[in-house]
Amino acid sequence: MKVMQATEAERFEFLGKAEPDTKQEIITLEDVNIHYGSFHAVKDASLPIYEKQVTAFIGPSGCGKSTVLRSINRMNDMIRGATIDGKVLFHGHDLYAKDVDPVLIRRSIGMVFQKPNPFPKSIYENITWGAKINGFRGDYDELVETSLQKAALWDEVKDKLKQNALRLSGGQQQRLCIARTLAVQPEVILMDEPASALDPIATGRIEELILELKKYYTIVIVTHNMGQASRVSDHTAFFMVDEKRTGYLEEYAPTEQLFLNPAHKKTEEYISGKFG
Amino acid sequence: MNNMQTESMFGTKAESLLLMQKRARLSIFWKVIFIFATTVAVLFLLLLLVSVIDSIFGYAVIRNEVNISELISGTSSLDEFSRSQLEETARNNLSSGILRRVEYEKPITERSDRELRALIEQYIIKPSVLRSWGLWGSITKQDEIGAFMANQEDSYLIFKSWITPDFLTNDQSANPLNAGIRTALLGSLWIIAITFLLAFPIGVGSAIYLEEYAEDTKLNRMLQLNIFNLSAVPSIIYGLLGLAVFVRAMEGVTSGAFLTTVADTTANGRTILSGGLTLGLLVLPIIIINTQEALKGVPDSLRMSSYGVGATKWQTIWSQVLPVSFDRILTGTILALSRALGETAPLVVIGASTFISVDPSSIFSKFTTLPIQIYQWSARPQGSYRNIAAAAIIVLLILLLVLNSGAIYLRDKLAKKKRMAA
Repeated sequence: MKVMQATEAERFEFLGKAEPDTKQEIITLEDVNIHYGSFHAVKDASLPIYEKQVTAFIGPSGCGKSTVLRSINRMNDMIRGATIDGKVLFHGHDLYAKDVDPVLIRRSIGMVFQKPNPFPKSIYENITWGAKINGFRGDYDELVETSLQKAALWDEVKDKLKQNALRLSGGQQQRLCIARTLAVQPEVILMDEPASALDPIATGRIEELILELKKYYTIVIVTHNMGQASRVSDHTAFFMVDEKRTGYLEEYAPTEQLFLNPAHKKTEEYISGKFG
Repeated sequence: MNNMQTESMFGTKAESLLLMQKRARLSIFWKVIFIFATTVAVLFLLLLLVSVIDSIFGYAVIRNEVNISELISGTSSLDEFSRSQLEETARNNLSSGILRRVEYEKPITERSDRELRALIEQYIIKPSVLRSWGLWGSITKQDEIGAFMANQEDSYLIFKSWITPDFLTNDQSANPLNAGIRTALLGSLWIIAITFLLAFPIGVGSAIYLEEYAEDTKLNRMLQLNIFNLSAVPSIIYGLLGLAVFVRAMEGVTSGAFLTTVADTTANGRTILSGGLTLGLLVLPIIIINTQEALKGVPDSLRMSSYGVGATKWQTIWSQVLPVSFDRILTGTILALSRALGETAPLVVIGASTFISVDPSSIFSKFTTLPIQIYQWSARPQGSYRNIAAAAIIVLLILLLVLNSGAIYLRDKLAKKKRMAA
């Protein structure tokens, strides 16, 4: 255990993380309760998300971390029977206010999914489509190039932009999905276990990419991989599930503190692999 | 320890072997049963095809009312007639009433040789079938055919194919030798066109609403259930509905009376429009269900990724969901249309014509369709009607085959396009 802690500490050192608390709060969850029909999925989740930082959601299966993530860009609206109480503030505005159009939110708060899901179109169109429907007026070729470069995919695909995206490997597809999200110029990117369907090498590339992207974007990532959370995130929220299978936020802290000095016993048990 | 446990729980080696053999035998038994079932199904289909083909080829004994040599001596076939002989024969031998009508429709001098020969054959020579045999009978009953011919005078035996180019292009006739299916074929195509125009947009539209927009409410669940039930309602009920609504209640519209003040012969609601609308209602639930299945086949992850880049619902449906599911929607629609093509009962109920020789020219025309024609012919007592009914069945089957292979071709082509680079 000692050895592992040391390596984790070294990793933090190596990555040279910025001091988290100097940053602006961009999203605030206040007493968020989410129900699926009569099932209480998440209760009283409150936490801040800081600008241009990576916030990781970890926790055992069924703890509601993905549900909370989806509530941030109103993806839960798509799920039949899902209702939400409480407030999700984005730059201080409630995303669930009556006059807010979820379509606009999703442009500013993009999403990358667990399974790579590029559009069954060409690589080029995968990037341009989102921009096009949102009224993009600039140069599409340039948009494609910069988006793919930001997603570290340009060199691999620059000669086959007309090829169908489904012919790329899983890791490439996932980076294409990230590039597609970047193309509509969001402020926040939500990632729902973005590497869980990928092999370790592809996972490593996604992690490098996340660290690169956080210079420009705020990132919230749900992950089952605690190593991943510790490697890429600045803050970590640990969700737990109670005996009624309702998820709740057990502990929220800067990542280093949560992994090295967890305040709660459950957190310590979870991150040391005692359950979950 | 471990081995002993295995033995005690699964029996001895010999017992295991015995059980293994028993399981293998059972597995072979079921395989044989399934092969048997498939064989029986294939046999029945073959039997159907064989019996139809058997009826369209075979010997026929034909007697001409007027011998060709009586028209111009020394000839034995109309092919030997010169142009002037053809025209002369027609003028001299047609009854004045028929001649007047023929000249009115198209003057004899303007008719081609082929048309004149058909005219002379139909109205002057008037061949009739005394007796016909199927393909099998023609081969096996040579003695019977010989005996029959021995007692006949003024008649001749030919080996006839009942399905000929003329059969496709001739209109209806009381004489099976001259009868064709042109009007029925055109009627079927007109009806299918109306059916498609009604059922495709409404069907696909409702399916998109139910699948993409509708909330999971009690009302919508009931709607869905009713659509399922409607797709199972016997077609004759749709016929009754069509009769009450399109033919009777909406007669002013379906007869075309609202467009024209001229009271033409079709001034009632028994028109192509009524027939097409009735069949449109019949296939509507099928198209809705097929389209819903196609939309259900589109993974939700695609919709999510579309919403994820800020697309609206409509943009998601139009640019992501429909392109991916269109091949299956189209296939489902074509298969539904081929069901409509074969429907008889509802059209009989709404009053399709049984005998018309005028081609349908608009949606307000009277009509008959291939299945109705087949039904009419097969109900006649004379044997040779059965031959032309079989020939019409072959035409209908080919038409269905073309439609269905068209569906498969389109699906494969669109699916390929989907896989290929854009």
